[in-house]
Amino acid sequence: MENFTPLSALVGGLLIGLGAAVLLLGGGRIAGISGIVGGMIKRPSGDHLWRACFVVGLLIGAGAYAAFAPERFVVQFDTTAGTVAAAGLIVGYGTQLGHGCTSGHGVCGIGRLSLRSVVATVLFMATAMVTVFITRYMMGAL
Amino acid sequence: MPLALSALIAGILFGLGLAVSQMTNPAKVLAFLDVAGDWDPSLAVVMAGAVTVSFIAFRIAASRTAPLAGGSFDLPTRRAIDTPLVMGAMVFGVGWGLAGLCPGPALTALLSGQRKAFLFVGAMLAGMLVYRFMSRGRPDGD
Repeated sequence: MENFTPLSALVGGLLIGLGAAVLLLGGGRIAGISGIVGGMIKRPSGDHLWRACFVVGLLIGAGAYAAFAPERFVVQFDTTAGTVAAAGLIVGYGTQLGHGCTSGHGVCGIGRLSLRSVVATVLFMATAMVTVFITRYMMGAL
Repeated sequence: MPLALSALIAGILFGLGLAVSQMTNPAKVLAFLDVAGDWDPSLAVVMAGAVTVSFIAFRIAASRTAPLAGGSFDLPTRRAIDTPLVMGAMVFGVGWGLAGLCPGPALTALLSGQRKAFLFVGAMLAGMLVYRFMSRGRPDGD
């Protein structure tokens, strides 16, 4: 576990929670990123502005950190372009079908003690772990 | 505080948190999901921190009648542990495990300028559109 970074993980987690808290108490909305993005490609409606603002903010926040500490902002892909494309398609479809992802079900849903979200989080974490096990140890790197 | 401003600030905090905790790095996320390998529990600490703050925020929200932006709290109303939830979470988990990206870190990965990041986000949006198209006209669809 030499890659374990508990301090930055805790600080980052608290910031993520704070972001969700600001959107909830300030705007009355759930900080679920698949829902926010999914809502932008839905039928035209009047609530696209706040969604766009959240996404822009997300890029500003991460971008500011990347500018401040470029050596710590690493985006390393371990998979081929084909796998990346397939994964994107699957993530897009699955998060809309299940109405949430790591932020909506994980951070917000568990925070509001939603049984639906607890079940979803346990399922997507378990499925992701099984997927990594199969691709890394039973099929070789894709 | 208007909804759009809440969303912008929330997005900045959220994006900063993702970057500080290095959840913006798919290799780091995969190191958490790879329980059989050199396991990195950082993601669990991120979730614990984020859920704790989100839990407190939902307790505060429960005692308020309206968010600061005015209007009302727009919270999920679904309660059932149904097939779409289970299938969606599992499908999402497969995609998450294949590339190590969920929707939030997928968006911030664009900042790296890598082709695979754009490929993933493009495919993710396509997957969301496929869901929209397939669920059209269904009573429980969106």
